[in-house]
Amino acid sequence: MRGRVCVVGAGSSGLAATKNLLAAGFAVDTYERAGEVGGNWNFGGPTSRVYASTHTISSKPFTQFPDFPMRDDLPDYPHHSQLLDYFRAYARHFELLSHISFGHEVVRASPVDGGWEVTATGPAGAGVTRRYDAVVAANGHNWSPKRPEHPGEFTGELLHSADYKGPDVLAGKRVLVVGAGNTGCDIAVEAAQHAERTFHSTRRGYWYVPKYVGGRPGDQVADLFLALRLPLRFRQWLMAATLRATVGDLTRLGLPRPDHKPLETHPIVNSHLVYFVGHGDITPKPDVARLDGSSVVFADGSLEEVDLVVYATGYLVRFDFLDPALLNWRDGRPHLYQHLFTPRCDSLFVAGLLQPDSGQFTLAHWQTVAIAEFLRARAERPAVARDFLVRAAAHLDDSWSAGARYADSTRHWYEIAHLHYLRGLERTIAELRSGAAA
Amino acid sequence: MTSGRVGAVRPWEWALPPAPVRREVLSALPDVDTGRPPLLFVPGMGHGSWCFAEHWLPYAASRGFPAHAVSLRGHGGSGAAPRPGRTLLRDYVHDVVQEAVRLPVRPVLVGHSMGALVVARALARYPARGAVLVAPLGPGAAVARARRYPADTLRGLSGRPIRLTATELFGTDGGAAAAYADRLTPEPPLVQYQLVLSRVPEPPRGKPPVLVLGSRGDRAVPAADVERAARRHGTSPLWVDATGHELMLEPGWQRPLDAILDWVDRLPR
Repeated sequence: MRGRVCVVGAGSSGLAATKNLLAAGFAVDTYERAGEVGGNWNFGGPTSRVYASTHTISSKPFTQFPDFPMRDDLPDYPHHSQLLDYFRAYARHFELLSHISFGHEVVRASPVDGGWEVTATGPAGAGVTRRYDAVVAANGHNWSPKRPEHPGEFTGELLHSADYKGPDVLAGKRVLVVGAGNTGCDIAVEAAQHAERTFHSTRRGYWYVPKYVGGRPGDQVADLFLALRLPLRFRQWLMAATLRATVGDLTRLGLPRPDHKPLETHPIVNSHLVYFVGHGDITPKPDVARLDGSSVVFADGSLEEVDLVVYATGYLVRFDFLDPALLNWRDGRPHLYQHLFTPRCDSLFVAGLLQPDSGQFTLAHWQTVAIAEFLRARAERPAVARDFLVRAAAHLDDSWSAGARYADSTRHWYEIAHLHYLRGLERTIAELRSGAAA
Repeated sequence: MTSGRVGAVRPWEWALPPAPVRREVLSALPDVDTGRPPLLFVPGMGHGSWCFAEHWLPYAASRGFPAHAVSLRGHGGSGAAPRPGRTLLRDYVHDVVQEAVRLPVRPVLVGHSMGALVVARALARYPARGAVLVAPLGPGAAVARARRYPADTLRGLSGRPIRLTATELFGTDGGAAAAYADRLTPEPPLVQYQLVLSRVPEPPRGKPPVLVLGSRGDRAVPAADVERAARRHGTSPLWVDATGHELMLEPGWQRPLDAILDWVDRLPR
């Protein structure tokens, strides 16, 4: 036994952490607030933010855990219910369930002489406190709504996408969807089919990438060019050319021209948005200037009567159970190495705090392998772990963008290019394994 | 292990995932749940899961093991690959891992001959509970066969399927052996090339216990191949006094299987 580790959360990252730490010989206790695994993908669960129609944005090869491939009979882009089944199967297959305390929310984790004291409240409100050698925070980062502050009063209905579960709330209404993330675009598309009118407010012009290019999932085509090691500029040119040839000139439809190159903002993968704009079922709008009774005034001075505003404006990262200083918290966010290691502590890790240009679970797998290797090195070859952390501290906020300059917004704080980032994790893992006994 | 390659970055494989196929899995389950781990058998060249269904699956089940055998694409009752000419060993690895993750808990993978090579490669992708390589095919087998059957080897090199004979596979000739040999189906050309020019499999993920089993009477896979496979997994082969290469079909099939099941029984639960 190499030590006891506490994992906070049994979503995609928490499950991978539990499995990979167990495989590395650690004792693991995982605390999950809900009564079920899956986190975000546990539809209707306390931290789930998927809606009835949610499918993955990335195709299966990028989305799955690399050592637990999704079944052949799942579609290219599985539905959230299929993902929940997938996580259940993963937890059962690797015999993780006996290590997970369901209905337990971690309310405090504090460092005490070389270890951790973790308090979790159970279903009956009773607390349990236990000592651990290390803590992995895998509590997710897409659940606490970020709400914009627009001047003025609105007398209609306001809804954050966090509380959006399906299109029934849109029926027959004049709806304004704010935000062009993947969620905002999904909701705008649903509104186009259910609401009386749909307005879609975006801050800037974006590249809307279809899910299929040449009959294949677009991300698989894109990775073919990465596999060929084509340089970023060429891939950006190729992508822009492909989008011009397929999606076409969006300014014709009243959408703003993108103010950036492809791959410089988080990818929006949506084949339907442009289609419904072309049908006139979605009216593009610029940024919201102010709210005025039952209407909304936009940055271009136009005014629309609206019954419901849906804010698809993203989420805030929160670690309520931790002292933010431990995560090197400055200017509203943690400053970590590889979004994973904090320079303030050698027994605290964050898993899954990523906005990849690709699937999430593959990355969470390798992140948690890196955590397990670090803890193993820390126990067996302390000098290796110490040296690693010293070097890491000099490279906080290293960008993993593969050379692209991300647009400066909170949305891109955790943005990474999957291949660049995975190469970084490979180096980390190899470095931590170096000198290890066979 | 100071394994240099972590294997996280695989853009070619993500960009070109194996085509899905319908797979035949034959199973024999114990009457009561004994808590023993499931076994997933992987057949060799030209074989389908039928070769394990003859004796090994029911016997393993009678000893309390949930026993399954998968037919690789284009074999037995499994569907053909949409483009068989493009089938590679990695498609077979895909077939095995797909069936492994469908089982309720991690299985022990048992591969025979070419199936052992597929299992060794699958271990680099999937952390199996353990693996048994039975008469594992290696580069020596191709060389030995080229000497004995030069014409058929030339056929294989030209991209046409080689024809395995009952004589080279079975220790005992006779009606049963010939009937089994008749059931063998061809391997696609790229797989045949890979069996000759195959790279050393990547090291396994995690450190699964591996048993390597050789048959003294094997005329298809030379002892050196078995020894090499064992060395690669840091172990030495367990030799059984069987008459030929087809350990699961020949008379005396029970002895090697008992050795396998005894070994699995000793694995940490």
